[in-house]
Amino acid sequence: MTAEVKYRSGIEAPERIWWKKVHKTERVWVWIAFGWSMVLFAMMPLWHFRGGQNPSGIRHTVEPAAYQARVAEFIQQYQVGTDNGFPVVAPPPGSDVYLQSSMWAWLPVLQLQAGSEYVLHLSSIDVNHGFSLYPLNINFQVVPGYDYGLRVTPSETGEFHIICNEFCGVGHHLMVGKIIVVDGASGAGTEGAGGEDAGGDQ
Amino acid sequence: MSAFRTCPSTGLKVHGQADALIKANAVAATVALLVGGVAAILVLLTRWQAVHLLEATMFYRMLTVHGMNMLIFFIIFFEMAVLYFASAVLLNARVPAPKTGWVAFALMVVGTLMVEWTMWTGRADVLFTSYVPLRAHPLFYLGVIFFAVGALTVVGHFFAILVVAKREMTYDGSVPLVTYGALTAAIIAAVTLLHGAIIYIPTFLWSLDMMGLDPQVYRMVWWGLGHSSQQINVAAMVSIWYLLAALTVGGVVLNEKVSRSAFVLYILFISMASAHHLLVDPGMGPSWKVWNTSYFMYMAVMASMLHGFTVPAGIELGLRLRGATQGLFGWLTRAPWGDPGFSSLVFSLVVFGFVGGITGVTFGTEQINIIAHNTLRIPGHFHATVVSGTAMAFMGITYYVIPLIFRREIAFYPIAKIQPYVFAIGMLIFSMSMTFAGSFGVPRRHWDTTFTGAPFRPEFSPAVDLVVGVMGVGGLIAIVGGAMYILVTVWSVFFGKRMAPDDSGLGAVGRGLPPGITHPPRALEPADAERLEDRGWLGPVPGTMILVLIFLAAFITYYFVNWKLLSFLWRVG
Ligand code: HEM
Ligand SMILES: [Cu+2]
Ligand SMILES: [Cu+2]
Repeated sequence: MTAEVKYRSGIEAPERIWWKKVHKTERVWVWIAFGWSMVLFAMMPLWHFRGGQNPSGIRHTVEPAAYQARVAEFIQQYQVGTDNGFPVVAPPPGSDVYLQSSMWAWLPVLQLQAGSEYVLHLSSIDVNHGFSLYPLNINFQVVPGYDYGLRVTPSETGEFHIICNEFCGVGHHLMVGKIIVVDGASGAGTEGAGGEDAGGDQ
Repeated sequence: MSAFRTCPSTGLKVHGQADALIKANAVAATVALLVGGVAAILVLLTRWQAVHLLEATMFYRMLTVHGMNMLIFFIIFFEMAVLYFASAVLLNARVPAPKTGWVAFALMVVGTLMVEWTMWTGRADVLFTSYVPLRAHPLFYLGVIFFAVGALTVVGHFFAILVVAKREMTYDGSVPLVTYGALTAAIIAAVTLLHGAIIYIPTFLWSLDMMGLDPQVYRMVWWGLGHSSQQINVAAMVSIWYLLAALTVGGVVLNEKVSRSAFVLYILFISMASAHHLLVDPGMGPSWKVWNTSYFMYMAVMASMLHGFTVPAGIELGLRLRGATQGLFGWLTRAPWGDPGFSSLVFSLVVFGFVGGITGVTFGTEQINIIAHNTLRIPGHFHATVVSGTAMAFMGITYYVIPLIFRREIAFYPIAKIQPYVFAIGMLIFSMSMTFAGSFGVPRRHWDTTFTGAPFRPEFSPAVDLVVGVMGVGGLIAIVGGAMYILVTVWSVFFGKRMAPDDSGLGAVGRGLPPGITHPPRALEPADAERLEDRGWLGPVPGTMILVLIFLAAFITYYFVNWKLLSFLWRVG
């Protein structure tokens, strides 16, 4: 009697052999789901070849103290002014750029040229922080002990803020930095940059 | 007196110790939900920038309390109850080691109390992820270890119940699908809790200054625990979908092979799950990220898409077999929408799939994560999965657990009937607007998005204020829904009308019992299957086929829109 009932619910025990032929409709959906999963998978390698935004980076481990020293050297080398007490640094196009995160500040303020590629290094000298470039919404994790070198090409001029979006203690919300992108064609990386924006924020 | 009672509604033989352990774990879960819910109100009213209720320290403290109580204590205590139910109750089996069961429960309670103490006294303001080198009191980590060891013991006990049931032949054939799903949840739980031990024991020692710990390795192993445990939640939730479908509308299993294979897919690749959280981390390279984030080519996503088909298809077929054969969607109009078990099931399925699933897969894509990581898009996503999905399913099954296990009628039944609607609508508004706000770059876990006192002050567009306001309103509606749930369940359990041992509630009207108990779906007969019409390629479940195709279209659209948004950004690599 029970053997003839074709369907059972999920709380009834089926007969021991439940490996049965699948209905056509269900099979169609299985293949659709499989096919879509393959598309999802293929998109990621594809974007590495064809797309412009990848989180690959140049990755190293680094001692926090060594990183801090490298940032200090970088600031000294290319500082062009100050903004709200923070050094403004204008490195030449194509160079390595060092950004330091710590509780609760981004150091220094960067001035970059649109259309040029830089290697932007991110690291922390204390806890985890989050690099979130506003308003573009570009986000990366900043981990102490690791140097994340991202090749970036700013494509528009303007003022961008760096919001910390990894919880880093009670001053987390105070941790805002700045990147200024100037016109690459003007060629000027070094003149008058600090004055242009000083105090323009409060 | 026998150690067993016979359930008058289902005919199942229920071991007294199973009853007691289910009750204890369910009550503990509800207490955690209450504590987490109070924290939710405070956190919500602070994130709602126009209200901005708490001070910074208190906000992060309450956020820690919310995360731990909801995601860890509420969900896992409830899952322990589900494990006992799906093994001992559904298989008519005895609980072989009740003492061990109680020791495990005690361990979990003690662990919980240790964690609560450190959090509430400000000794653990590190959020539930406690990323090293943020530092909490050692008892915070030890409490988590106690809790995990207790949970691991229950998982072991669950396996023992299955073995005993099989040896004592308490059921015919194979274990039911719901038990099978719970089994996959338990296997995943074992793997997950192992990761937990691997990370929390060193972290505990680190907090005592007895060893060093690498922050990136911590993140990787911690998320081996943190994300795999979401797969426990998914497996448990899907099992409950099948269970609720069976109880409320006599939902059937189209094909055991497909549903069971889909569960197995969850297990196979589970240890890879931590990658979702490390896609924009400096510690790992692209190929590690691509393989791991996709769980080996999206096989777990495929599994969820299969369940997302088989569960509604089982509901449709169960209703069609019982005569609801009109048109494509006649079965939907004939469904018991007033049954809180059924409405919870539908909302859980729909919101989990359409909002939680689609956003999750999209944000978990290696490159798209660049525009999602640590923004409000992430809590928006998981309030649609673990809250609107898992917690909603858990709430739905409670309306059956109260009469069947606690043997009480549901108090304030009219409130119970609308509770799933209130909670689901609130959560839907809340999670969608959170996700939307996140796409403007609004950070998660952030006390003040006006950045008062910061050296530079970015300004979000007024549109964001509006979206965050909508999020606040949605959150408040969800909180009302949650409060209704707590009121109904707590009142029922402690003051609800008792049901006599032989009271099946069959045919009753006006009592606090869901229709699945008073008017259960009739048993199927061989003749029923013959009445089904097969609509060509749409098969016997045409309505579901249309629904899943709509789902697929939404999925494809959202996914590629996000690639498009990504492509507008600066080149970075
Ligand atoms: C009653 C409805 C609920 C409301 C209104 C609510 C609201 C919130 C809010 C506003 C946040 C903060 C987001 C942020 O600032 O990053 C949050 C975080 C969170 N919620 Fe909920 N929540 C609710 C229910 C739940 C439930 C039931 C769970 C789990 C099952 C849950 C799990 C979490 C987790 C894990 C976090 C993240 C905590 C963190 O980032 O450390 N929530 N919730
Ligand atoms: Cu920070
Ligand atoms: Cu921060």
